[in-house]
Amino acid sequence: MSSITTREAPRGFSFAEYMTCLTGIVWREGLRFLHQRERFVSALVRPLVWLFIFAAGFRQVLGISIIPPYETYILYEVYIAPGLMAMIQLFNGMQSSLSMVYDREMGNMRTLLVSPLPRGFLLFCKLLAGTAVSLLQVYAFLLIAWFWDITPPSSGYLTVLPALILSGLMLGSLGMLISSGIKQLENFAGVMNFVIFPMFFASSALYPLWRVQEGSPYLYYLCEANPFTHAVELIRFALYGQVNWISLAVVASCTIVFMIGAILAYDPSRGLARRGPAGGEG
Amino acid sequence: MTSPAPIAEPRESAPKLDPAAVPALSIDAVSHAYGQRRALMDVSFNVQPASFTALLGLNGAGKSTLFSLITRLFGIQSGRVGIFGHDVSKSPGEALRLLGVVFQPRTLDLDLSLTQNLLYHAALHGISRREAAARSAELLGRIGLSERAGSKVRDLSGGQMRRLEIARALLHRPRLLLLDEPTVGLDVKARADIISHVRQLVTEQGIGVLWATHLFDEIMAGDDLVVLHQGKVLAQGPMSRVVTEAGAQDVNTAFMRLTGAQVMPGGGA
Repeated sequence: MSSITTREAPRGFSFAEYMTCLTGIVWREGLRFLHQRERFVSALVRPLVWLFIFAAGFRQVLGISIIPPYETYILYEVYIAPGLMAMIQLFNGMQSSLSMVYDREMGNMRTLLVSPLPRGFLLFCKLLAGTAVSLLQVYAFLLIAWFWDITPPSSGYLTVLPALILSGLMLGSLGMLISSGIKQLENFAGVMNFVIFPMFFASSALYPLWRVQEGSPYLYYLCEANPFTHAVELIRFALYGQVNWISLAVVASCTIVFMIGAILAYDPSRGLARRGPAGGEG
Repeated sequence: MTSPAPIAEPRESAPKLDPAAVPALSIDAVSHAYGQRRALMDVSFNVQPASFTALLGLNGAGKSTLFSLITRLFGIQSGRVGIFGHDVSKSPGEALRLLGVVFQPRTLDLDLSLTQNLLYHAALHGISRREAAARSAELLGRIGLSERAGSKVRDLSGGQMRRLEIARALLHRPRLLLLDEPTVGLDVKARADIISHVRQLVTEQGIGVLWATHLFDEIMAGDDLVVLHQGKVLAQGPMSRVVTEAGAQDVNTAFMRLTGAQVMPGGGA
């Protein structure tokens, strides 16, 4: 019993250990996603319903004039495609947040958080993993949409990738921030009503903002202030090989703010500690 | 309610090792409150390396809160928690890498295979894939689940899941193992298996174990005992001493005398 008398020297963590951890978290998220086929299907069906039914019905009602980044008159379907891509990421971000509440109830979050690596890094890995899953969903959607004559320039499929990563991170960290405040699983319905729907409808996803401005200037300001609008516009421009700098700035700053907020919310000396024992505790 | 004479010198109650020894776990004057409700009050005790320490308390005594503080799920409001001398608040990384935990609720991914669960955990500790695969295979062999390596965790029995969770907690070769009521919901055979497995870890690998329970029959004569009741440590020390000092014949009666609690027949509190 004498060998265990000294204090271990701190040895820190190597870059390789960080990378192992990151790939492990992304790998697990991917595996879980593959096991949840219903989740994949519903993630695809939702935007496709909008595309096939809503857009087809609305095409005649809503004329779209030539607005950047489009250079010709476009069909309504083409207009809402970027909005639907962002919608996929919005749902995925909130669903990851749902899974974090679920994880916390089931205790999986605990497994993650007792990892010795810095907690901020663990949460960042979790966000990246969620974003990677959303990319799979978005590209599957784009593939189907291609057969529906939504054919952005082929280089657009590549240039949209960084935009999607950034918007995925923004929406994911927003979801994570919200999840830290949700106590129970059932509250996800509240998230739907108070976060997803207002963000989606008060944005440029379904209608160009100049149209909104004609109807209601106040709503227009609200839409302009909505980070989701900027996620949509960032994706829309990137899909056509262009950069919307204002949207990029808004999305990037929101990502930073939400991410710091989420990491603070999961900081043991703040967020979780205040709320008392998590579910399932004796 | 008459409480017995206070148990002697709670702060200096680790006499069996040389004083220079760094305890596997040291809890020093820890208090914790949820708003107005005080869950832990000035709790202090040590777990020595290669020892089995039973944390005995009723549901709601504060055991899970204490576990959440040790594993850094909650911030420490006052007091200090050290793992082999590393302060959990100041250097959590160094402290947590020496710690293995089995939480009371199941924390496995049910849809992933046994091996996948272990590999994920290894990755969280930065253990390379090759090394992780070797260790997983070895640990699965030790808990007798090698043949199930590729099947989904969902298909395992309760006892098998617990064994897997213990194996997972050992994957990064911790020197302190915490288990929060690990036998809850298991049948007699599975319980006995788990207990003997963990006791083996203490004797063969020198791991310090903190075993939270409300079941008296899981505690043996040679164990260290910490009695936690309504957030306070009522007694601590070698089990035989705690029992004698409470003027009792067995843990059951000692616990009853200490807490004034009604003890259910059948060995549970």
